[in-house]
Amino acid sequence: MSGLLANKLEVINIGLPSFAEAIAGAGGGVTHVDWTPPAAGDRPAGEALAKLVGNPAVEAANKKAYDAYLSAQPRLVGVGIARDVVPGLEERMVLHAGAPIDWARMCGPMQGGICGALVYEGWASDLDAARQLASSGAIRFDSCHHHAAVGPMAGIISPSMPVWIIDNPVHGNRSYSNLNEGLGKVLRYGANSPEVLARLRWFETTLAPTLKAALEVTGPIDLKPMMAQALHMGDEMHNRNVAATALLFRKLATAMTRSSAKAEDVAASLEFLAANDFSFLNISMAACKAMMDAAHGVEGSSLVTVMARNGVEFGIRVSGTGDAWFTTPAPRVNGLYFPGYSIADAAPDLGDSAITETCGIGGFAMASALAIVKFIGGTPDQALGYTQAMSTITMGRNPGFTLPPLNFAGTPAGIDIRKVVDTGLEPVINTGIAHKDAGVGQIGAGITSAPLSCFTKAVDELARRLGL
Amino acid sequence: MAVSTRVVRNLYRDSVSLMQLSAALAKRPGIDEASAVMATPTNLDLLREAKLLDGQVDAGVNDLLIVVRGDGPAIKAALDEAEASLSRGPEGAIGQGGVAKKAPRSLAMAVAEQPSANLALISTPGDYAAAEARKALNLGLNVMIFSDNVGLASEIALKRLAEERGLLVMGPDCGTAIISGVPLGFANAVRRGAIGVVGASGTGMQQVTCLVDRLGAGISHAIGTGGRDINHHIGGTSTLRGLELLAADKETKVIVLVSKPPAPAVAEKILAAASKAGKPVVVNFLGADPKTIKGRNLHPATTIEDASHAAVALAKGRKPRPVTRTPSARVGFKPSQRYVRGLYSGGTFGYEASLLLGAKLGAVRSNVAIKDEDKLDDPWTSRGHTIVDLGDDVFTRGRPHPMIDHRLRNERLVKEAGDPTTAVILVDIVLGHGAHADPAGEMAPALRAAHAAAKKGGRRVAIVGFVCGTPADPQGLARQEKQLREAGVILCASNAEAVRLVARLVPAEKKPVKKPAKRSPTKKTKKKGRGR
Repeated sequence: MSGLLANKLEVINIGLPSFAEAIAGAGGGVTHVDWTPPAAGDRPAGEALAKLVGNPAVEAANKKAYDAYLSAQPRLVGVGIARDVVPGLEERMVLHAGAPIDWARMCGPMQGGICGALVYEGWASDLDAARQLASSGAIRFDSCHHHAAVGPMAGIISPSMPVWIIDNPVHGNRSYSNLNEGLGKVLRYGANSPEVLARLRWFETTLAPTLKAALEVTGPIDLKPMMAQALHMGDEMHNRNVAATALLFRKLATAMTRSSAKAEDVAASLEFLAANDFSFLNISMAACKAMMDAAHGVEGSSLVTVMARNGVEFGIRVSGTGDAWFTTPAPRVNGLYFPGYSIADAAPDLGDSAITETCGIGGFAMASALAIVKFIGGTPDQALGYTQAMSTITMGRNPGFTLPPLNFAGTPAGIDIRKVVDTGLEPVINTGIAHKDAGVGQIGAGITSAPLSCFTKAVDELARRLGL
Repeated sequence: MAVSTRVVRNLYRDSVSLMQLSAALAKRPGIDEASAVMATPTNLDLLREAKLLDGQVDAGVNDLLIVVRGDGPAIKAALDEAEASLSRGPEGAIGQGGVAKKAPRSLAMAVAEQPSANLALISTPGDYAAAEARKALNLGLNVMIFSDNVGLASEIALKRLAEERGLLVMGPDCGTAIISGVPLGFANAVRRGAIGVVGASGTGMQQVTCLVDRLGAGISHAIGTGGRDINHHIGGTSTLRGLELLAADKETKVIVLVSKPPAPAVAEKILAAASKAGKPVVVNFLGADPKTIKGRNLHPATTIEDASHAAVALAKGRKPRPVTRTPSARVGFKPSQRYVRGLYSGGTFGYEASLLLGAKLGAVRSNVAIKDEDKLDDPWTSRGHTIVDLGDDVFTRGRPHPMIDHRLRNERLVKEAGDPTTAVILVDIVLGHGAHADPAGEMAPALRAAHAAAKKGGRRVAIVGFVCGTPADPQGLARQEKQLREAGVILCASNAEAVRLVARLVPAEKKPVKKPAKRSPTKKTKKKGRGR
């Protein structure tokens, strides 16, 4: 028996606020819900959602997936050449950010980056030939995420490129990301001029071997403690990586000098790392990828394990829905633009870096990165508000990543598609903004959100898979 | 004294947090000294110097090391507590950092904030109400669905789910409930007491609870079921659950069951359950032959008024008697004035009035008529004896319910008074939560205008009414009744009493008097939702 009549009446009121007032006036406990139609009024999705809310199978699956996420221990174990280490990366294959997409539909920066990669690989003699080759169908394109990899912006990874290797010994999975090229003319923003390609070759011949030598001296570097410390130093490890880069540099610098690497390579490598505040970004992303992959594939779980953009579509994947992508047109970012540029020049949202938000840092940890709130167009209070708001759509807080301004609460982590669709609250994402044309580069930064309709589609599919 | 260590792998905490943890551990009873540190070589050396660490420990710079010295049994507890506190959130509130706390945006969020919640009250647009109700049931809450326009299939599915979970679903289209003295939806502020109510009709339950209050008794709980609960598709699931809850409730001494006549098989089930409640159950199936209500502990009542009086009598250990009290009033009508015009805001009141008047006056036309031949072909125009339910869809399309917005009824009042065939106008005035803040004040000018319109035609009309409300209602019963009297309303205590007075006032017809309407189980008369 429900005990309804014997216990004090405690009401959740959804709808007319005056009913809540009458209840409170008569001494009943009441919480009024600030309700809007779930799934933005999509009734079938709302019905599917209702079957998932409070569903014991989903709750059990989520506990399993979330525990896997929390217990993952990503470690930086080395640097390798993509063709040697990235699973399933074949010759004449190029990986890109976001959900799979055909050449013809790709955005400008992604096409530009791919052309650069084809010349860099020696598969095309020049950029015109590269464009022809790319459109000929002789090159296979695939999502980084299908290969345990992530890349910022265009996210181009071709077989000869060096990649960071992250190992999660707890679950036995590995993840990969390319090396960050710095700001300015870079492949990830679609630039493909000779200096861009020369830098990629220098990565391959000098930087990667030097980093590899240093990592042989340090042994595996545990990343979660380093990331936790960087959060306390003002990074959110998506748009601000200066503290994490410094922490990494501290380890690598001493190790490099003791390694077998040549002194001039050590000097050049350290100069490069020191000059780039974003050196750690790709490691942060790969660490997040390793944690989220550990949580992927739990049947019934509504945990989001990927949020990524290919410059045309925003896509997510969910632990309990297997290989499926749920996509919708990528939004343009209404952020702050560098002088001379506006939203009209922007490519739609691009890059795998939203894996950081998926993992509970980036925009979800804005409360720790008060120094960059102006850059993303807000005030410190707004930054705290973003983090607090995200706790309403996550499964919990990560006790390994604490936030001093919020009394050392953990970062809200583990996005639950049910909570997103139920509240209509979209996950926030800190992001850089690419010019829509290849090679122009970054033209701004801002805060955007993951479109609700991806989550609505995922709810439909999860309910279908569970036979609800 | 013993020393013990514990290593938490790959967990970073800043040194200040760790010093706080160390201090908290050291304060525990039986603990002499405690230290929590990141296991850097420097920190390990410090621990060795403090004699807290002897030799090597398998911990690296990224591992958190907790060392405790104290009495044997206290040590393990301290280490467990330390480890638990590291995975717990911060003590006390998470800082808001100048950010105002926001209201929960979903049912699940609200439950997380109020884990003791035991009921969800849902008044969203009908399209979304079933989904919210399903979530509530999944989360272990009982549900009241005030919303209407919820499909029959959804209602069946929700009630089945509730049955599986041992929960109660009130509604859809449940306008009224009172649980443990707390009004839900459109309900009156009534005294608490020993009488429990289960009802498929919102205004019917408001009438029972108000009359019980007026008679000096009180209500334990009033459980609404929604109008469709008693049809053969649903099978009375919520009615049966409500009976079961009230039967088990210690506070409830007498139960009142009020609804339109259920489908025959459903009625049988309900009456069987009622007679096993272990306490008296007064049954009012509106319009049903009282002889069909038989069973141990069952007390049939013809009107809602009778049901209320019977319940109060039974609660006091007296024998129930039908109510016959009728106030005296005399109005001189012209020969043309032959008809009653009932203008109702409460659907059940209109329905009951057309039943009772039909029995006394012969043909009564209504937009909520029981028989097709009594249907009003144009609900906007009265013909002969007419009872209009102004809460019917045809009147509420694009307009608030007449308990909230009196304009339509006010216009109709004046129109009816201007009709030379009108002798008596019959109105209900409903108070309580959800109703208009001052119905009498809203109606008074129209009531005066109605009398004036009749006077202009050289006639006088009688306006008979009753207030469904209590002294504790926000509108105040006495204040409302005073205003109505001053505006020329002859007030009765109940709908049934008003009907008796009307029957006495209306000039006699030549036609023979009809027998009371027999129970007609196949009839489907929709109860109307209010104000949605």
